[in-house]
Amino acid sequence: MNKQNDDKIVQLLKQSIRPADSGLERDLWPQMLRRMQERSVAVPWFDWALLAALALWLCLAPGTIPVLLYHL
Amino acid sequence: MPALERQSDLLWQFAHGDLDAFEALFREFQGEVYRWIVRIVRDPGAAEDLTIETFWRIYRAHARFDAQRSFGAWARRIATNVALDYLKVDHLKSARPQESLLQDVPAAAMPNPGVQRDIRERTARAFRQLPAKLQVTATLALIEEEPYQDIAEVLGISVGAVKLRVFRALRILRKKLRQMGIEP
Repeated sequence: MNKQNDDKIVQLLKQSIRPADSGLERDLWPQMLRRMQERSVAVPWFDWALLAALALWLCLAPGTIPVLLYHL
Repeated sequence: MPALERQSDLLWQFAHGDLDAFEALFREFQGEVYRWIVRIVRDPGAAEDLTIETFWRIYRAHARFDAQRSFGAWARRIATNVALDYLKVDHLKSARPQESLLQDVPAAAMPNPGVQRDIRERTARAFRQLPAKLQVTATLALIEEEPYQDIAEVLGISVGAVKLRVFRALRILRKKLRQMGIEP
């Protein structure tokens, strides 16, 4: 009974949503290049947060600057 | 140089970050990736953006690509994840009118014109309300009729898990259709 019911739902689904047969109509490479240029310039927010935390740390504890420079 | 050797050379160069190799692979596989995505999201406009996003992820992950394996299968798997992410967000927003999903993609004529348009629209709406993971699995299995083994590979799950997702999708769909007053 359930199997029959499932088959009916599948049937209804196939009549409601048709298989897609759309093909790509243009070359997307120019868009891809644009995306790569945009993303390579952008700095992730995490890097900015790290930089801000480091600056804050150095302001609060300037004595650690030589230690930091030594480790760099 | 034989085609197979050239292809393997190209994949090796891509894995080592060569932009020309990436462009060659992009041009070769963009159509295939686009067609795969459009089958999942059923929106040609969104599928173009998602194709770009897929290749962006591919480009960033080039160092992790094993040149001995199939680039097409790897790209398809990443494309599936990208499409899945899109559906999850789309599911939350539910901004697009569901009816347009039926008309965006050109397809063959309806096999049974007897089924009323209203019922078809409501069925499609109920289907789009399924959780994204179930929706993707059911789309590929029931509508696109992809083999379960292939679906399992692109989703990175077992064939048993695919069957389970299809089963759950049908169960939820049956419940939703009942709530809408549709008894299949």
